[in-house]
Amino acid sequence: MARIAGVDLPRNKRGVIGLTYIYGVGRSRASEILEKAGIDENVKVQDWSDENVKFISKLLQDEYKVEGELRSEVQLNIKRLMDIACNRGLRHRKGLPVRGQRTKTNARTRKGKRKTVANKKKATK
Amino acid sequence: MARSVKKGPYVFHKLLKKINAANESNKKSVIKTWSRASMIIPDMVGHTIAVHNGKTFVPVFVTENMVGHKLGEFSLTRSFKGHSGNRK
Repeated sequence: MARIAGVDLPRNKRGVIGLTYIYGVGRSRASEILEKAGIDENVKVQDWSDENVKFISKLLQDEYKVEGELRSEVQLNIKRLMDIACNRGLRHRKGLPVRGQRTKTNARTRKGKRKTVANKKKATK
Repeated sequence: MARSVKKGPYVFHKLLKKINAANESNKKSVIKTWSRASMIIPDMVGHTIAVHNGKTFVPVFVTENMVGHKLGEFSLTRSFKGHSGNRK
């Protein structure tokens, strides 16, 4: 059972992949961590020794910002943008895409499910 | 790509001159500018800068955590007020 930074890692995945289940650790950071710990990337999570797990937890705690801490930092950054009322902040407030994407179509991730407008005029042929 | 550190933040030279003059004389008057691309630098904190949005000058009161943004970010160029059917 490998429990690191408050997340259960999937046991039957390769080490690099398993680590990416932690918020704030992606592929490159996972490789970096495993290199520091001296574990081969292909060793599965269930085959890590207790010491390995301990070392990685400590490494994550000391050197990286992950999970809750990182989430709150991101939220704070967004809040700052909203408070100073710059364009990016306003886009966050309205729930529209922030980085200049088109909104005539698409942008459904930010806008959420389609809200159909009733009685829209049909185009006459 | 980010601007080279050597050059420092971009501020339109005429705007910079006006800011410096205002700081020296301790006067706080609205400074008009068209330069939306200028970075907000710590010297501008506390001033009100009227930034052109293509039509009018939008007064922007500069606070501390605006430093590092561009003036144009605070002066919107579009005025979308909603579709006609969205009345409630």
